[in-house]
Amino acid sequence: MKKSMLAVTALAAVGLLALAGCGQTGSSGAPAASSTPKAAHHFNIRCWNDEFQGRFRNYSTLWDHTNEDGTDTLKDGTIVNWIIVENKDNKYQNALDTAIQGQDAAAADDKIDMFLVEADYAMKYSQQDIAMDVKADVGLTDSDLAQQYDYTKKILTANGKLKGVSWQAAPGLYAYRTDIADAVLGTHEPDAVQAKISDWTKFNSVAAEMKAKNYYMLAGKDDSYRTYSNNVTHKWVSDEGVCTLDPNIKQWVKDTKSYADNKYLAGTGTDYALWGSAWANEMSKAGSTFGFFWSTWGINFSLQGYADPAKLKKADSSNLWGKYRVCQGPQSYYWGGTWMVGAKGSDDVAIIKQTMLDLTCNGTIMGKITRDTDDYTNNKAAMTAIGNDPTYGSDFLGGQNHVKLFTAAADNIHMDYLSAYDQGCNESFQNAMADYFTKKATYPEAIQNFKTKLKATYSDVTFDATFDAAL
Amino acid sequence: MKPLLRRHKNHISYNFWGLIFLIPFFVIFIWLQLVPLGRTFYYAFEKYFYSTGKGSFIGPTFCGWDNFAYIFTNGAIRKYYFFDQSIGSWWMPDIAYYLANTLIIWLMGFIPQIIVSLALAIWFTDARLKLKFTRFWKTVMYMPNLIMAAAFGMLFLMLFSSDGPVVQILMSMGILHEQFSFGDSEFWVRFIIALINFLMWFGNTTLLLMSGVMGIDESIFESAVVDGSSAHHTFWAITFPLLKPIFIYVFITSLIGGIQLFDVAWMVTRGGGGPNLTSLTVMSYLYMLINKAKNYGQAGALSIVMFFITAALSMSVFYVSISQKNPEKGVARERRKRFRTYKDCDPTRLEMARISHQQGGISL
Repeated sequence: MKKSMLAVTALAAVGLLALAGCGQTGSSGAPAASSTPKAAHHFNIRCWNDEFQGRFRNYSTLWDHTNEDGTDTLKDGTIVNWIIVENKDNKYQNALDTAIQGQDAAAADDKIDMFLVEADYAMKYSQQDIAMDVKADVGLTDSDLAQQYDYTKKILTANGKLKGVSWQAAPGLYAYRTDIADAVLGTHEPDAVQAKISDWTKFNSVAAEMKAKNYYMLAGKDDSYRTYSNNVTHKWVSDEGVCTLDPNIKQWVKDTKSYADNKYLAGTGTDYALWGSAWANEMSKAGSTFGFFWSTWGINFSLQGYADPAKLKKADSSNLWGKYRVCQGPQSYYWGGTWMVGAKGSDDVAIIKQTMLDLTCNGTIMGKITRDTDDYTNNKAAMTAIGNDPTYGSDFLGGQNHVKLFTAAADNIHMDYLSAYDQGCNESFQNAMADYFTKKATYPEAIQNFKTKLKATYSDVTFDATFDAAL
Repeated sequence: MKPLLRRHKNHISYNFWGLIFLIPFFVIFIWLQLVPLGRTFYYAFEKYFYSTGKGSFIGPTFCGWDNFAYIFTNGAIRKYYFFDQSIGSWWMPDIAYYLANTLIIWLMGFIPQIIVSLALAIWFTDARLKLKFTRFWKTVMYMPNLIMAAAFGMLFLMLFSSDGPVVQILMSMGILHEQFSFGDSEFWVRFIIALINFLMWFGNTTLLLMSGVMGIDESIFESAVVDGSSAHHTFWAITFPLLKPIFIYVFITSLIGGIQLFDVAWMVTRGGGGPNLTSLTVMSYLYMLINKAKNYGQAGALSIVMFFITAALSMSVFYVSISQKNPEKGVARERRKRFRTYKDCDPTRLEMARISHQQGGISL
């Protein structure tokens, strides 16, 4: 009798626990459709971080409110479903490729409606059928797209068709600390500093000056990579699948090696690689690095977060808010950028069209984005207006009007030498050269490691003789 | 015979229902284990990969032994490291290099693991030591096994980073004079991976060895004590030989697990493979083939090659450790080795030799 009572009590307790999970809040246990009618259909967006999420929520004219489970509801009741997969190690591309393969067979609510691509793999997806033609399929007109910078359109043009649009242009710049500039160069005015680092020779001599006063010119070995890699004259991998080493990339290896040997870098190890923990620390008050190569998205998306880890959003003795300025740097370049691509098979072309119009063609909205976030948006008229506005200044950059600096530079960006293999090549090359900079491997050995890693990332790539030449 | 048949007919048989309940297992086994296994073998002989340039899959087309040939001929001249020093460089196929990395990391973790586990097993089962809180210690020892290897890897990555706690402690103790990057040293990256493996598995090994020690008949220990055997002698003469079967089991399962080492190595090196690819394990290479290159042909071939290598290593360990089953031979060998006449033989050792042979161990 006692045993059966115990068993019954135990069963009841387990049953109560199970029932407690299905409360009426319906947040995690119950399906998302519990708060809205099941008939409301889904708009699926694939991306790799929350940058676009922020833009969409704050600036899209269709957005109504965010739901508890992280999805958003639009004014017509459609539910926006965010599928976020991080970029590292090709994870985002792998997930996207799998989803694209299943696009035809998927149910209408599960099909991808829109996905984002980065400059590194823009070419790969623009050539695929899944990418909708922005003019013919989505319905944007030439006059809508007129104010966009040419390179943002060219990069996603395949076979004469424009396949995606971006809300941002990403000209590159050099962000430096005013306190270190004052201590070593005697001034922190952007024009004066730019005069001192306007080409690589001058940049390297300032690096020596920094070292003499125990500061570092750059934080890690990957910092200057984009500046070199965006001024190449060859694609990483040709159309026949032959991988070649551009002379400019080789120059990066030579220059960074001399920086590493002379100790102009805060560190050469993996912790000082791009996105490493010690590298991020260098951007905060605890670091002693003079400056960083960032593009415009990097200022608001990355540098702000690292310089002001407590997110106070105002100058304080514990952070570097207001203590960074930007200047052009030794060479003009660009870094990445995000493009929106509509996916064929989507049943919400109207939403795709309106989102693209709002965020990439509407000058008013895009001007507002720049004023709010310091992001450099893809609208020539709006950027020129802000550049000429004497009252505009970025609070984070101590009141500097950085937009003015780049209205000229943005028009000169060329993305002629992109290939579909860029992400893997860039990542593997930087990792392989790390051993050379830390003196763990000789240059030929580092090249061998690069080849090994690349063959494990792309099966159909061969290498030409540029890799065998001495440094 | 007739009475038997009648008995059989009157017996209610539930065999039918037993088979019905076995169906779920067979369905899932065939669908999720057997079919993928067959497909792996199938793909190994096919050229089948994703071409980034064309944006689509190439194949599957039959290509015979090409994938296997590629695995064994794709290599380079590499340096080999003993601690942080290079001991020379020669050509090796990539798979041999990764296998060497894997086995070195495994040995670096396994040797301390087995020594510590043996010591702990002996101490925890020795009634004379009167250890307190043994239940607490056993639980705590086993707990690292419950943590996911990937979480462990990330934790140690943060602990050992250039500005992390370990470096700061060592600097404040004066052992380090400037920032040291653990992640850039061939030896230290392998050490961290081996350390994580050690922490995760030594509890498990200790419990297994404890059960082995507790399975030895108490009377043998008592007779050894009566004969005046010291603890040290008891261990080497009695406990260790009788633990041989459990020891072999631990060795083989740890070897198989060590060859499959992936998640810890991947997380600690953040997918990079360590300096000079010295911590890139075979399974990391397989992961890259499947997830990055999407080269299912080569991945299948690599899986089959690893299967045969693992089987060969396990078999060799097994056969080296199993000797002839003839107990008298062990006794005779013992006598020949140490004594001229039978009456000089230590009776305890003779008894041990006989028992250990019955249990399949090596003679003393």
